Amino acid sequence: MTSEPRSRRFEALEQRDINKETYVTEWAEAGLSVVDSPYDPAPSLRIDAGRVVELDGKSEADFDLIDRFIAAYGIDLSAADEAMATPARQIARMLIDINVPAADVRRLAHGCTPAKLVDVIRQMNVLEMMMGLAKMRVRRTPANQAHVTNWREHPALLAADAAEAALRGFAEVETTVRVARMAPLDALAVLIGVQSGRGGVLTQCAVEEQLGLRLAIKGLTSYAETLSVYGTERSFVDGDDTPYSKAFLNAAYASRGVKVRFTSGTGSEALMGHAEQKSMLYLEARCLLVTRGAGSQGVQNGSISCIALPEALPGGVRAVLAENLLAAMLGLEVASGNDALASHSQIRKTAKLMLQFIPGTDFIFSGYSAVPKQDNMFGGGNFDADDLDDYNVLQRDMQIDGGLRPIRETDALDIRRKGARAIQAVYRALDFPPITDAEIDAAVTAHNSDDLPARDLVLDLRAADAFLASDADLLTIVRALHAGDFDEVARNVLEMGRQRVAGDYLHPAAIFDGDFRVQSSINDANDYAGPGTGYRLDGTRWQAVQAIPQAKSPHDFIADRTGTPAQRLAEAGEARAGTDIEVVIGVAPAFGTALIKTIGGLDHEAVLEAILTGIAKEGLIGRVVKVYHTSDCAAVGHVAARLSGSGIGIGLQSRGTTVVTKRGLAPLNNLELFPQSPSLTLALYEQIGRNAARYAKGEAPSPVGVKVDNTARLRLIVKTALLHRRETEEVRADQPPVELRFDWEPTL
Amino acid sequence: MSDIPCYPLAENDADLKAASGRAYADITFEAAISGELTADDLRIDAETLRKQAQIARAAGNAQMAANLLRAAELTVVPNDELLKMYDLLRPQRASYDTLRALAERLETLYGAVETARFVREAADVYRDRGLLKREV
Repeated sequence: MTSEPRSRRFEALEQRDINKETYVTEWAEAGLSVVDSPYDPAPSLRIDAGRVVELDGKSEADFDLIDRFIAAYGIDLSAADEAMATPARQIARMLIDINVPAADVRRLAHGCTPAKLVDVIRQMNVLEMMMGLAKMRVRRTPANQAHVTNWREHPALLAADAAEAALRGFAEVETTVRVARMAPLDALAVLIGVQSGRGGVLTQCAVEEQLGLRLAIKGLTSYAETLSVYGTERSFVDGDDTPYSKAFLNAAYASRGVKVRFTSGTGSEALMGHAEQKSMLYLEARCLLVTRGAGSQGVQNGSISCIALPEALPGGVRAVLAENLLAAMLGLEVASGNDALASHSQIRKTAKLMLQFIPGTDFIFSGYSAVPKQDNMFGGGNFDADDLDDYNVLQRDMQIDGGLRPIRETDALDIRRKGARAIQAVYRALDFPPITDAEIDAAVTAHNSDDLPARDLVLDLRAADAFLASDADLLTIVRALHAGDFDEVARNVLEMGRQRVAGDYLHPAAIFDGDFRVQSSINDANDYAGPGTGYRLDGTRWQAVQAIPQAKSPHDFIADRTGTPAQRLAEAGEARAGTDIEVVIGVAPAFGTALIKTIGGLDHEAVLEAILTGIAKEGLIGRVVKVYHTSDCAAVGHVAARLSGSGIGIGLQSRGTTVVTKRGLAPLNNLELFPQSPSLTLALYEQIGRNAARYAKGEAPSPVGVKVDNTARLRLIVKTALLHRRETEEVRADQPPVELRFDWEPTL
Repeated sequence: MSDIPCYPLAENDADLKAASGRAYADITFEAAISGELTADDLRIDAETLRKQAQIARAAGNAQMAANLLRAAELTVVPNDELLKMYDLLRPQRASYDTLRALAERLETLYGAVETARFVREAADVYRDRGLLKREV
């Protein structure tokens, strides 16, 4: 049996991260189709006496639980006739037409059935959808949400990480549990942490629905997000809810002044085995009309925890963007996914992110993991703490506000200590198992929960149970903080309570700024209407985003290449043309004077020694001249060649770039060119000198081999530009080349 | 039609008060640490939710307005009972009669007319779709 030969290239590609993913072809019958199942209904709507009697091809008698809810609440019947009569392509074009106000599109969207909404989206490619999202996003100012959890459920680490997340700019922080009973203490630690970091950051704790409501009533959370809805009846019921129970829960939260967003996402129904042969996007459109019908202010969608399923299918990432856009069209706040681990590939995960990052959404992530993957109790974030600098640079690159800002290490340490000490004080005042100073120190500097000592989980759980059962509430926490001398944090916590009384943040896409001023669809409505309108990253906010600590002043790049001019080099009058069999080394204007080292850090004198040694080893003499009228390497080399008795010259720039050339060659031609100066060592310079001498003797040496350093240009381009600029500053247009005497003798 | 309240209420509504009746401006840090404030001083008032509903309606969001009006009705339902009501509305938790009784209680005891109507509608839908508690 002969086996096929393997391609080494295919073998290499197989090892790439992208090939750790799972890919599957479509299978509509199993719900494995993102936007185009042949079983998706055609849009239809019949209204009889103000009552929906047919919805997407189904008559009233056949309505299931979802249909009935959508028919009763999900569609604005006053806009329905016009919306259903408007061709889908026309609505799609209105979405990206800057001359059509967002409100006009939204009014039509409110009159559409699920199938009609999907028909609109089917007309659009991802670029058009991104434009649509930029226009239809509810809040003008984009924002971001963090996930803060840790495996140990360590209160000091939770508080420290939450404080840092707040400082980094997250407007919301979501936590969850490893052990369900820890929920009250986890929620408490995150609340204290964020209010230590920045007043006004909203917090939630993702747990079972009834427990979630208890935490909110107790004042431990200020919003809820995990009110999951589904596009088929069976999925909904398997999720242990109905549109009616979810709507009731929504009202229950609002009755206590607590913000709620629903959760849905492509793929959940297929994953639960109840997709009813429909495409993921069609089912998502149904979810969104249930969400809107229930009077929710917004939704977390973008496949969320099911993301790997649409990403396994063709067009999956487009479909996820489509569902974000659908929600925004309907006027819902969108926390647009990017949360769950979606890809092994850094390229793929980042490319996918761009679909939400560039247009901006109300929350670009519905959970950016502000902790390392191992501590993410949501199952590992697609972006996590290790990617924070990458994210900051992306914002800076594109001048896009992704909701975060770079921070300095010292500020992070300070804020982490404040958060950790505040929760320590609350634990002390409430008689919970103490948090020691050693735990605080560990939490302040920790990267992950391995850096923390273990706590007695049994004791913490006992405290958690007692805390939940007690009538302790937000006021208890305020007083505990006051007792521990954390009045500023206490005032912030109290203000979160006051905001519940006002209820302003129940409106779509509400967040608070650092002064507790609410920003929502009501007072910060997206007014994008083309170039020059809408949210622009500028002013102090742009200054903050671009101020990454890694950025240096241009002057810092060349400071270490300057210093006392080379002592052994002296000018000795105008350079003359030689007649011997020699090599002339032409150096550029700043060489040994304004600059004294190459980009690779080699002393100019040492470089000259190496080249001259190489020339001497071939039995020839080298002569050095300084060229003043140009800083260009080739031009310097040609001057040297012209002055050389042998006709062989070397051009040497201050940054180290070198050329070997010959009299009579075209200006940009040469014998050997060494453009990658950072890779040049003294041994190589000696070889260059040696080769130049052999050319001078009429020999044909093998060119010097310099390894290609792929990243040299990437690392050094700023330095290269600035060194060359310094060299060019020394150019004297009218000054002829000068002979240089070099006080040095070769030792052979 | 009455004027639309000026958003945000926290900044613009001089009459804003907590469920306890305490004026918003009197919910202060000093009152909190002195022990003067009680839980009801940090609860939203039904009237406030009705104002927010007006704002939602004026913004073209009738569904959200309806939700806020249901919320206004639920402000008077005690915490424990609120949790129990939610649980009854989950699938297969309650019989038709139990849901009807819940609606009745909402309407007569708490004056929650809209929520009661909503629960009655749920009872009918659950009956039609087999989502009521199965008799054993």
